[in-house]
Amino acid sequence: MTGLRYVYAVCRPFTAPLQRQLTGVAGAPPRQLVHHGLIAVFSEVPAEDFAEEPLRAHLEDLDWLTATARAHQGVVDALTVVTTPLPLRLGTVFHDDSGVRTMIEARERVFLRTLGRLEGRVEWGVKVYAEDSPDPGTPAEGEKSAHPASGRDYLRRRSTRARAHETRWQQAEEYAGRLHAALCAHAEDSRLHNPQNAALSGASGRNVLNAAYLVPRSRSEEFVELVDRTKDESGDDVPGMRVELTGPWAAYSFVEEERT
Amino acid sequence: MTQPRSVSGRLPEPYGSGGGANLADILERVLDKGIVIAGDIRINLLDIELLTIKLRLVVASVDKAKEMGIDWWEDDPELSSRARRKQLARENRELRERLAALDPEAADEVGRPRARREISDEEAR
Repeated sequence: MTGLRYVYAVCRPFTAPLQRQLTGVAGAPPRQLVHHGLIAVFSEVPAEDFAEEPLRAHLEDLDWLTATARAHQGVVDALTVVTTPLPLRLGTVFHDDSGVRTMIEARERVFLRTLGRLEGRVEWGVKVYAEDSPDPGTPAEGEKSAHPASGRDYLRRRSTRARAHETRWQQAEEYAGRLHAALCAHAEDSRLHNPQNAALSGASGRNVLNAAYLVPRSRSEEFVELVDRTKDESGDDVPGMRVELTGPWAAYSFVEEERT
Repeated sequence: MTQPRSVSGRLPEPYGSGGGANLADILERVLDKGIVIAGDIRINLLDIELLTIKLRLVVASVDKAKEMGIDWWEDDPELSSRARRKQLARENRELRERLAALDPEAADEVGRPRARREISDEEAR
């Protein structure tokens, strides 16, 4: 049986063994294809799931997408432990080995240049959330239920609340900006991503910063400590802020050359 | 919930958990970031991007999202052709109403030849 080739990442040859019993997408074990001094890490996957039509249909199926995304990330993650992988976007599929080889040849120079730039670096994700806390301008409990005495009273209350709300966002954004600047000073590069939609990510509060930082593995400990320290201090500084750190990731956000 | 994984070389725990990362973090990276290469199997990236936007990092299924009242994309003309048609119809109606308010006779005239043209368009097809 021959299947299609689902490629996770491209990297330099490595000697350390990959985690045993690692399974990739479709439950298939990841394999390596060496070509021109580079390695493509791939799984052989069934055409009935990964040919054009079924793949497109699967992508609309969130359960399938979730399992595949986790498996994809799982393999990339295992590679990150032993080398510096260049992760490909989910769903990069070739007919056979020769398709993969052709792809490597066509992009050899870019791969090598990018590997040189990212060697030994990992990505850390930092998100800042502003918790929805009661505004200082919100009337006290008893007052809240009472109807405003007059139209003017109502408008006054509303504008007070709006102003408090605005101040709060301003504070949140200033805080996020300061944190971002501080982290940039300890990172080689950074990317600002779109904030995650709170309703959808399941996280509470509003996502005011969603950033990725490129940090040498050797300096990662320092970076994590810095984030932890800032997290503790932020409580006193600006109340209602929550800082979340994820990583180390493969340098997903940095594989493309300067986008902006 | 989020706990950074061990920083030093090897990660002790088996992953699959993705460390402290939630599904949103993972989808954001594997769908939105990473090297884009057109493989032999061509999937229209737009499909994926649409999905990413639609579900921008949903954790529930689309049906569940609808149950939860997360269906904003259905009303977003950028994302839904139904919403686009609805928006066009609304704009047409509003324009006709405004025109009628300005000049009832002209509005009437605009209505009639337009209807004729629509018929002849259909005949042409």
